[in-house]
Amino acid sequence: MKEIALYILDLCFNSIKAEADNLYIEVVSDYENDILKVYIKDDGCGMEEEFVKKVTSPFVTTRKERRVGLGISFFKELTELCDGRFDINSKKGIGTEITGFFKLSHIDLIPIGDMSSTIVSLIMSAPNVDIVFKYKTNKGEFIFDTKKIRKILKDVSLNNVEVLEWIKEFISENMEVLK
Amino acid sequence: MKSLEELEKIRKETLDKINLRKERTGTRIAVGMATCGIAAGARPVMMAILDELSKRNIVDVIVVETGCIGMCKLEPLVDVYEPGKEKVTYAKVDEDKARQIVVEHVINGHPIKEWTIENYL
Repeated sequence: MKEIALYILDLCFNSIKAEADNLYIEVVSDYENDILKVYIKDDGCGMEEEFVKKVTSPFVTTRKERRVGLGISFFKELTELCDGRFDINSKKGIGTEITGFFKLSHIDLIPIGDMSSTIVSLIMSAPNVDIVFKYKTNKGEFIFDTKKIRKILKDVSLNNVEVLEWIKEFISENMEVLK
Repeated sequence: MKSLEELEKIRKETLDKINLRKERTGTRIAVGMATCGIAAGARPVMMAILDELSKRNIVDVIVVETGCIGMCKLEPLVDVYEPGKEKVTYAKVDEDKARQIVVEHVINGHPIKEWTIENYL
């Protein structure tokens, strides 16, 4: 995968499959300390302690269609490739959090990519999940919160075509300012 | 810059539109979005479908994700569900194909047989 945003999309689908109601995504580009941080937290079903220990293996998955699960393994591999660090915490019945640190100037680090498309894809896929997305750089921060959007929309659904188009533009414009 | 006032406007317009067309077609488009789908380009496909629907002012079609069905090498897979009709599955969809599927199949009602999964099995 060629964008951090695609890794994030993939990991967030784990949260959706875990029946999360709330999803928190944070991307921090810290140029001063040369660190990119990606943090994802959900309130889904969580994992047993034993399963968390082996979940970074590509041969561990909950799905029945195939016997490999690559999402978390890919993400962990990318952190290691970029002199970074990977961390996962999960509690059964409470939720899961995943953190990835990358060296920003590392030659193998791929671009953050199109986060607005990632968020919109997530909303389309799981319109009932509430998503908070925070993007922070040395210039400032931007927070997108589906709860706020829902408040304005009232009886209009979040996955309405025109609303989605608006959200996509809204996120990309606000991120562009911080780059 | 997009503003929240604009969102309020979209809300009002959408409500008017929904009131105009009471009869919903209920067509559903599902894009394979597991790791295999995403790596093969499912996100741009989903965005292309959204863009095409928005350009043509189609508000009654729902776009959703679907998981991996074990045919990872044929991703991105796109399913079109129309009420009362059999599901049509398209394989190896890209942005251009996605746009044509929306226009030819979803809007005009003619499935594009050359691109369905049966051709790849």
